[in-house]
Amino acid sequence: MTLSANPSRISMPEPGSAAGNGGEAGTPMIQVEQLSKIYGGGFQALKEVSLTIRRGEIFALLGPNGAGKTTLISVICGLVNATSGSVRVDGFDNVAHYREARERIGLVPQELTNEAFTTVWDTVSFSRGLFGKPKDPAHIENVLRALTLWDKRDNRLLELSGGMKRRVLIAKALSHNPQVLFLDEPTAGVDVELRREMWEVVRGLRDQGVTIILTTHYIEEAEEMADRIGVIRRGELVLVEEKAALMQQLGRKELTLHLAVPLEAVPAALSGHDLVLADEGHALVYTYDVSRQDEGTGIAGLLADLEATGIRVKDLHTRQSSLEEIFVNLVRESA
Amino acid sequence: MNLQSVKTIYQAEMARSLRTVLQSIVSPVVSTSLYFVVFGAAIGTRISEVDGVSYGAFIVPGLIMLMLLTQSVSTASFGIFFPRFSGAIYEILSAPISYFEIVLGYVGAAATKSIILGLIVLGTARLFVPFSIQHPLMMLLFLILTAVTFSLLGFIIGIWADGFEKLQLVPLLIVTPLTFLGGTFYSIDMLPPLWQAVTLLNPVVYLVSGFRWSFYGTGDVSIWASLAIITLFLGVALAVINWIFRTGYRLKP
Repeated sequence: MTLSANPSRISMPEPGSAAGNGGEAGTPMIQVEQLSKIYGGGFQALKEVSLTIRRGEIFALLGPNGAGKTTLISVICGLVNATSGSVRVDGFDNVAHYREARERIGLVPQELTNEAFTTVWDTVSFSRGLFGKPKDPAHIENVLRALTLWDKRDNRLLELSGGMKRRVLIAKALSHNPQVLFLDEPTAGVDVELRREMWEVVRGLRDQGVTIILTTHYIEEAEEMADRIGVIRRGELVLVEEKAALMQQLGRKELTLHLAVPLEAVPAALSGHDLVLADEGHALVYTYDVSRQDEGTGIAGLLADLEATGIRVKDLHTRQSSLEEIFVNLVRESA
Repeated sequence: MNLQSVKTIYQAEMARSLRTVLQSIVSPVVSTSLYFVVFGAAIGTRISEVDGVSYGAFIVPGLIMLMLLTQSVSTASFGIFFPRFSGAIYEILSAPISYFEIVLGYVGAAATKSIILGLIVLGTARLFVPFSIQHPLMMLLFLILTAVTFSLLGFIIGIWADGFEKLQLVPLLIVTPLTFLGGTFYSIDMLPPLWQAVTLLNPVVYLVSGFRWSFYGTGDVSIWASLAIITLFLGVALAVINWIFRTGYRLKP
């Protein structure tokens, strides 16, 4: 199965081309302020979430199941009513100016729908019309071709594989030229090959100025795709960070030196190194940045100084924190 | 008003009816024809005139009404229930359309289909029995008002139902019995006085009576009572739908 991702053929509006009081270059694509949601049963799915999505970025919302990712997306897209707080899409309030806000949004839901008897062409054309856009067979063709659905255009949905159905949902969301695309767990249950192909499609869309917000619990996906990453846990945004900054943390390594004789404190002779005493004095932990290869890691100097002070090292090992670990820690910390 | 969106929903719903043309159009016509054969031709010949018209002609308005009510309710309820069932409702709710426009699309399509069916049954009936329509405009008004009102009822049922069982429940247990007991096959003058009084609590009596009046100029109740009842129904249905969308009942948590 190959998805010859060529979304450059999908013509999307220039960001900020829309009329109205939104659409100015300075206006964030999405502005969420103090958003809370308490469901009927009393469950609080979102706790005063504030978030700004920049125009043209890919934003990954990471979080475990039940963290509130889907609720957040649903409130922004108008599927769920907020209990308090506000959402602005391209400057338009999503309640007071829901038409302007919603016509800018394309939503790819997590669950596959089950409209078995409609054809691919009909369902994608329906989506365009539903969003108030006049018929444009050329655009629908472009979208279907980019998602390699063109050959399947006359097939009924029940004849498609799961991966194909998901692409149909993406095609439906793109049918009305949205400026911002929400992908709720786009690659859940999708094989590795198709996942990579979807990433290509998403990147292609971003290159044309479409803002993309995706939720995932695959760290790999966030790492691969996102410009910025937000971590949500129990309805709270615990972190919003540039991926590059997170990757810098990812680039940090720890060298643990297991000592033959425990120490009470880091000796003065070693104070020039960034050392921490651990394991009740049985270990020294040195943190360094592998990405700074040119400046040196400082390990050689440290070992020489250890030798000079006569501290005997029994064993040593290094470890690197992964984004996964950062994420797991974040999720645990606030537990 | 987002006319493009309304048109899209309307056309998709009409296309659904056409796709299932056998089930949507042929089957109601066949079943209505059977009523004419059994009640009109077989039994009807042994029944003298009712209210001055032959029995075969007498049951025509009631049969159209029966078909109109059941079809309006089932088409509209299925129309909105199915996207809820399939999950496709997300798209309707996230589209830049108002609740009024959603209702207009779904209910408009269901009512259109029922009205077309009503006219087809009217034509079919004409093949079996001779009759004339004294007040054709009033007949059309009743046809439209009833189709719209019961399509609204169907829409409400389609939102209320959380399974196919409930979807069938109201048409089967409420609409059909009320129609059969609503004077489709008899004039309520034929009933004992006590049942006459009870029957007047059945709203369908007023619809059938009003519709029959537009054909033959006579009815069980006054034409104004019939119009008042159907308008009241329409008002109640609209109020319920307004409430559904205001509260997000079963649609928007």
